[in-house]
Amino acid sequence: MLIKSIFGGKSEMTEAGSKKCPVVLMTRIRLARNLADVPFPGWAKEARRKEVLETCLPSVASLGQMKRGISAEIESLSDLERQILVERHLISRELSTHAEAAGVVISKDQSISVMINEEDHLRIQVIKSGYRFKSVWNAADAIDTALEEQLDFAFSQKIGYLTACPTNVGTGMRASTMMHLPALVISSQMEKVVRAVNQLGIAVRGLFGEGSDASGSIFQISNQTTLGESEEEIVKRLSSVLRTIIDQEMNAREKILEKDPNKLYDKIGRAYGILQNSHLLTSSECMNLASLVRFGVDLEMFPEKTRNIVDRMFIECQPGHVQYHAGDEIDSSARDAFRAQYMRKQFENVDRPIFQLHETSTEDDTPKQEPEQEAE
Amino acid sequence: MAKPLKCDVCSQPATVHLTQIINNQIHKIDLCENCAEQKGITDPSGYSLADLLVKPESESAPEVAALSCPECGCTQREFKKTGRLGCAKCYEVFSSVVSPALLNMHRGDSHRGKVPQRALERRTFIDRLGTLESGLQDAISSERYEDAARMRDEIIELKKAMEAAAAEA
Ligand SMILES: [Zn+2]
Ligand SMILES: [Zn+2]
Repeated sequence: MLIKSIFGGKSEMTEAGSKKCPVVLMTRIRLARNLADVPFPGWAKEARRKEVLETCLPSVASLGQMKRGISAEIESLSDLERQILVERHLISRELSTHAEAAGVVISKDQSISVMINEEDHLRIQVIKSGYRFKSVWNAADAIDTALEEQLDFAFSQKIGYLTACPTNVGTGMRASTMMHLPALVISSQMEKVVRAVNQLGIAVRGLFGEGSDASGSIFQISNQTTLGESEEEIVKRLSSVLRTIIDQEMNAREKILEKDPNKLYDKIGRAYGILQNSHLLTSSECMNLASLVRFGVDLEMFPEKTRNIVDRMFIECQPGHVQYHAGDEIDSSARDAFRAQYMRKQFENVDRPIFQLHETSTEDDTPKQEPEQEAE
Repeated sequence: MAKPLKCDVCSQPATVHLTQIINNQIHKIDLCENCAEQKGITDPSGYSLADLLVKPESESAPEVAALSCPECGCTQREFKKTGRLGCAKCYEVFSSVVSPALLNMHRGDSHRGKVPQRALERRTFIDRLGTLESGLQDAISSERYEDAARMRDEIIELKKAMEAAAAEA
């Protein structure tokens, strides 16, 4: 029931990839909020947690933004359903495992999800594809303001929104982007970038897979501090760091193409060959192949429409999704076989890569500033 | 990555990279997925540095460690163990530990962001209403009828203002 509606509709995550931002896959903002006068979920007794769920679930579900969305108690979901929500970034792993008296409300387009009784009573999250802090913040802010009409939040004039963990206190905001940085990874510069960015109070996290090598070259980059700056200042500081990372990635791409194009063509050509012909594919291998093909799309080696296939692969090659498509809970070797078959099908009609450089191929179309912001 | 960062705990390749600034010194932490999870860093965009930041228990005075929150019963010991507070009130109760930690982990110690304006107004209304209503009861029972009349009028005005504010929203 739940799964059908998740797969039935168009999803912000998998449908909207754009040439405009070759590097930034998606933008996310999360706000942590708690009800005044109720202990935080980790400390509250079961009965209080239930009260919070019973208060918040209908409040959130009644918002205009959540019209025709999904509203569910986590305990009522199967393991597979929970896993799929985690893989789509709609709930956290923590919520999926600490399911007692926990809930989630997801908007119809899956761009908004509100978790109830995670580490805080409410975790409001907005995700959109591309580099769009302005519209993501506006959406999160609107949800928060609408909820404020119905709920009293724990708030201190001195230190802002009060959260279970002091690392979130103040704005309660974690802003992040998911970035595809294949050239920095290939040219072994990622460690240097991570170190530099960390010094600026920005956290970097490999997003998929177990080792950094298995990440599909995708990294989540977010603010570490939430108190002492306004939401706007936090986003501004984060954006300037992101801008630098985008520039570094673009420079690295240019260098690779200048110095050793054959090495790159070989990688991308092989990725295409494997996706069309393999019969066993682990999720981490699949991520890395998808990453190379996406790089190829940026270089106009594949038609632009291939980008959507690849962006879907990042989500759909994960174990929960594979099992959903297989129609059964299957073990990991059966998943590898099914995943390979699924990818062969996806890549059946993708044209061979064109191995020649385009004049504009390494040009970065990502706006220097978000156009949405400039319009203000 | 040709030379992946290693997990500080178990030396597996690290995927979680954090920095904490303690007393103006930068400390870097790299963790693998497993160790990150064990340390409670499960939300990809949020993590707990509190347990790493707060000094080990033995270093603080025992009477402070025994402190507990009258609202929720959470103890300072518990906070140090989990890095999580029990309720909003805990921030005041444990401020001697929390406040310096906030300065270390954030860019300042006062909030400059969004304020839940409507909710705060509503709360002020409700608090004021409560004060007036109990004052009215007192006035009536001690036969101060002028005070009672004044407070009754104030209550009516306040309720009107609350309704107007609610309708506006
Ligand atoms: Zn480890
Ligand atoms: Zn407390």
